[in-house]
Amino acid sequence: MPSGTLQIKAISAHSGSIPGAGVQREEEVCKYIDVTTCIGCKACEVACVEWNNMPFQETKFENTYQTMPATSWNYWNLIKFNEHQRDDGTLMWLMRKDQCMHCEDPGCLRACPADGAIVQYTNGIVDFQQENCIGCQYCVSGCPFDIPKFNSQTKKVYKCTLCSDRVGQGLEPACIKACPTGCLKFGTKTDMRAIADARARQLREQSGFASAGVYDPPSVNGTHVIYVLHDITKPELYGGLPANPRIPPTLTLWKGVAKPIALFLAMLAAPVAFFHYVMEGPKEPQP
Amino acid sequence: MSTAIDRFDEGARARFAARGRTIVRDDELLRHPVYTRVLHWSVAIFFILALLSGFAIYSPWLFHSLTPLFGGGAMTRLLHPWFSLGFVVLFVLQVLNWLRPMTWTDADRRWVRRVREYVANTEPVEPEYVDFFNGGQKLYFWTIVASAVIFLISGIPMWFPKTFGRPLVDIGYVLHDVAALVMLVGFIVHIYEGTAAQPGTFRSMTRGTVEKRWAWTHHPAWYRRATGRNPRADYEEAVRRRSGRHESGTS
Repeated sequence: MPSGTLQIKAISAHSGSIPGAGVQREEEVCKYIDVTTCIGCKACEVACVEWNNMPFQETKFENTYQTMPATSWNYWNLIKFNEHQRDDGTLMWLMRKDQCMHCEDPGCLRACPADGAIVQYTNGIVDFQQENCIGCQYCVSGCPFDIPKFNSQTKKVYKCTLCSDRVGQGLEPACIKACPTGCLKFGTKTDMRAIADARARQLREQSGFASAGVYDPPSVNGTHVIYVLHDITKPELYGGLPANPRIPPTLTLWKGVAKPIALFLAMLAAPVAFFHYVMEGPKEPQP
Repeated sequence: MSTAIDRFDEGARARFAARGRTIVRDDELLRHPVYTRVLHWSVAIFFILALLSGFAIYSPWLFHSLTPLFGGGAMTRLLHPWFSLGFVVLFVLQVLNWLRPMTWTDADRRWVRRVREYVANTEPVEPEYVDFFNGGQKLYFWTIVASAVIFLISGIPMWFPKTFGRPLVDIGYVLHDVAALVMLVGFIVHIYEGTAAQPGTFRSMTRGTVEKRWAWTHHPAWYRRATGRNPRADYEEAVRRRSGRHESGTS
């Protein structure tokens, strides 16, 4: 029997109620990533590939410690590696574990037109259900972090599941289990946020990183993956982490404005035509 | 350019006319030749396929009822661009076929100015300057042309999002929606005007012919060109004859 820790909270393109919603109260989960103590060992990458049974793949050496150029449909977890020169001229390695951020307000789920292809659990995990995916790739366009990746063979989109299969059984995600430095932690959102805030304070007060902070962007109502960064004012330095991730405004224009107006006018046109007939009658050939 | 289009179009007309048949009775006029009819219904079939498959992806509450028609959600997504491409290709032929009769003229400007009277249905017959197509039909036609172009240029990035990149695809979604709105409202009006609103019109696209009295009622200038007769005079004559028949019938 499943432990009951995966309660569905939101379903893409779903009309009607959500089965089983609110039966159990659930803590929100969170992955904590302390960028400042990451050593770039890639154990999390290996663990991810192994646990999710994805094939190892060849890559090219491009004068960087980064294994792959980007995440892909079968490579959900990637340490983005950047060399950064500080103001005083010294060099610094910035390594950020890039994967799905599991937004509280997921743009992918909002964009998805296929019922049940994307679900959000009450614990905050956003999960793709490939058997319901129709391969339209609207989610790719809705994501502020460019995470969902399309497989042109299966015509489905894939991404990090936050190991919902493990979490549902009371285990931590595979990447967390593999991390040797403890820069990755997993627990409730409240706890992880508290640890992150404490660590950021420590960095500011004791390690000379005056602008250290926690990346938990409010523009998507927070994420279920949070970073501790040396410099919260420049998240872009960490392999293009957006400072203000936003669900594209065109999505709101499309789904929130254009679509209801279109449906309303289209549904109006038919009764208008019908009542025109009733009130004015047909134009018969004369006489 | 236009002569090449004319040659192509006339060739197609001739080939289809040789294959198909239009029976024109004494009291009728040939309105749409075989080629035009085949084109129109081919366009219509692909339009409806694209409309239904597009609607399935468009709205969650249509998703469940419409996707099974095409073999599930993934298949619907796969087929929709091909239906649309079929529509576009055939519609291009339709545009070439109708380029001349659909050209906007002064008569259409006059027609549009009195559209209120047209909708209110106050006049028994149309003004004598209304030719093969009236201003409303031309407006509908060019609206469909414009929205088909928008559909196509916004749909291709949506079809290959990886190639075109996110900003184009994002804008594509919105434009696709706007085009859908315009085309759908136009389509509903088109069906109404072509069936219930004007009895005798639907057969012009099926059998290809219309009654002469239909022609002088709705398109007097075309009636004049097609028959060489005065539409107003023939209409009044018909009215007189009908009332005469009434009198003799009652006496």
